[in-house]
Amino acid sequence: MNAVEIEGVRQHYDSLTVLHDLSLCLGEGEVLGLFGHNGAGKTTTMKLILGLLQPSEGQVRVLGCSPNDPQVRRTLGYLPENVTFYPQLSGRETLRHFARLKGAALTQVDELLEQVGLAEAMNRRVKTYSKGMRQRLGLAQALLGAPRLLLLDEPTVGLDPIATQDLYQLVDRLRQQGTSIILCSHVLPGVEAHINRAAILAHGRLQAVGSLASLREEAGLPAVIRASGLKQSAQLLQRWHAAGHEARSVGVDGVEVVAINGHKLGLLRQLLGEGEAQDIDIHQPSLEDLYRYYMERAGIVPGAEGRA
Amino acid sequence: MNQVWNIARKELSDGLRNRWLLSISLLFAVLAVGIAWLGAAASGQLGFTSIPATIASLASLATFLVPLIALLLAYDAIVGEDEAGTLMLLLTYPLGRGQLLLGKFVGHGLILALATLIGFGCAALAIGVLVEDVELGLLIWAFGRFMLSSTLLGWGFLALAYVLSSKVSEKSSAAGLALGVWFLFVLVFDLALLALLVLSEGKFNPDLLPWLLLLNPTDVYRLINLSGFASGGSAAGVMALGGDLPVAGGLLWSCLLLWVGVPLLVAYWLFLRRPT
Repeated sequence: MNAVEIEGVRQHYDSLTVLHDLSLCLGEGEVLGLFGHNGAGKTTTMKLILGLLQPSEGQVRVLGCSPNDPQVRRTLGYLPENVTFYPQLSGRETLRHFARLKGAALTQVDELLEQVGLAEAMNRRVKTYSKGMRQRLGLAQALLGAPRLLLLDEPTVGLDPIATQDLYQLVDRLRQQGTSIILCSHVLPGVEAHINRAAILAHGRLQAVGSLASLREEAGLPAVIRASGLKQSAQLLQRWHAAGHEARSVGVDGVEVVAINGHKLGLLRQLLGEGEAQDIDIHQPSLEDLYRYYMERAGIVPGAEGRA
Repeated sequence: MNQVWNIARKELSDGLRNRWLLSISLLFAVLAVGIAWLGAAASGQLGFTSIPATIASLASLATFLVPLIALLLAYDAIVGEDEAGTLMLLLTYPLGRGQLLLGKFVGHGLILALATLIGFGCAALAIGVLVEDVELGLLIWAFGRFMLSSTLLGWGFLALAYVLSSKVSEKSSAAGLALGVWFLFVLVFDLALLALLVLSEGKFNPDLLPWLLLLNPTDVYRLINLSGFASGGSAAGVMALGGDLPVAGGLLWSCLLLWVGVPLLVAYWLFLRRPT
């Protein structure tokens, strides 16, 4: 059973269509990164999964049931993007309130506060919390009742680098325990190692979905190879230029060459063989590069084809 | 039901924490005691006069205060949660919108009921203990009726506050509208009724007019509290119209109950349609 199944969903508010024919699924124990510009439809997608919106067309199933099923809601955790909670309550009181509503054990409250690093501040009023602390309180709230499906909306906003790292480690740990996670984010660097698949939304259409490797293959973005300590860099450059490669010299004995799909290994062989390179650095297209590629494609060709 | 109580207990503990309960109770107690002993000062008397006079003065005062307090307590119930981002979060919990609204109502309603009971109850107790040869039976009956109807009046305005809170998208507009509702029912309505009476120069069917009082919960409330005493001389202004009303106390009570139930249903209906 898939944790989330979205089939042919179209969503419109009055005359404005915010999602076009969206189909997306999330397996159990899978982490899906959901990326897109502001207004791309990320939040709408989240709301559909949370049962806050009814799809205008198509259907959404969460853990095999309707998203409105109370049983589903008990096994679902959600970290909203902007939540200020109740300023006059302490962190502990806030979490106890939500634990009661979710039917989670109250003993879990202190453990979770400990886990997100709020143990010392838990008796202070939420009013005095920083943005990052509130974010961590929100995270603890999402983890109440050991959810099987976790939706994190911009979880790293306001977190310092160490807290961000802690969050990603938590994501990894939860994934190993079989929790399915959807991670919605603007912050791309650092996230790629922690997601199984990425889905990129633009203008309410799914532009691409797949593992990073398959997205790289599909996008055909070049890898950049940088080598130094070469014996015959000038000859190599000359040959590459003749073969139509984009290459330039770096420093005295270094080169940088752009390897289009399929040429990477050949270029490397030449560098290692004839070039006798001392050091080679391969820069694979990152999630950011992929994101930019799909965004540009969506922007340049208005209404680029929606893919499932 | 459990979820309703979970929401209600938070409202209740909020009421204790920010000392709403304490201050409302204290305000009620001070005013009630003050009116009981000094209310007749205008007519040259000092000290406790009579139960009907005290209840009449208290009811006139509560007509202003109770709706205002109820509206202040509840105007941000829905829109406030929405602005804090907690409404969306709560709706992802195993919790229906009806349960959320009802929980708020139970919590706020308990605060109002407790404040009324403590505040006016203390005053009743003081009269019972300090005033010699007071008719205890009449005192308990009159104060009981007064406290019960005050609570119902408060609940009605809580429900009206939820209507506003479910409808608007900003806290400030809810506050403004709440003030408007207060003005309408407490001040404007009676003036409009009197104006109608004067301007129609008798062409308006006078039998119909008393029934119009039922359209205002504060008038229903005053009718309940002014009736039933042997000397009905304390009725003044539009309340004199109520004397002609051929209705029994039971109808007035049901009317007040309707003023709680109907706005609550309207609020629920609006809340269901509120986009998240």
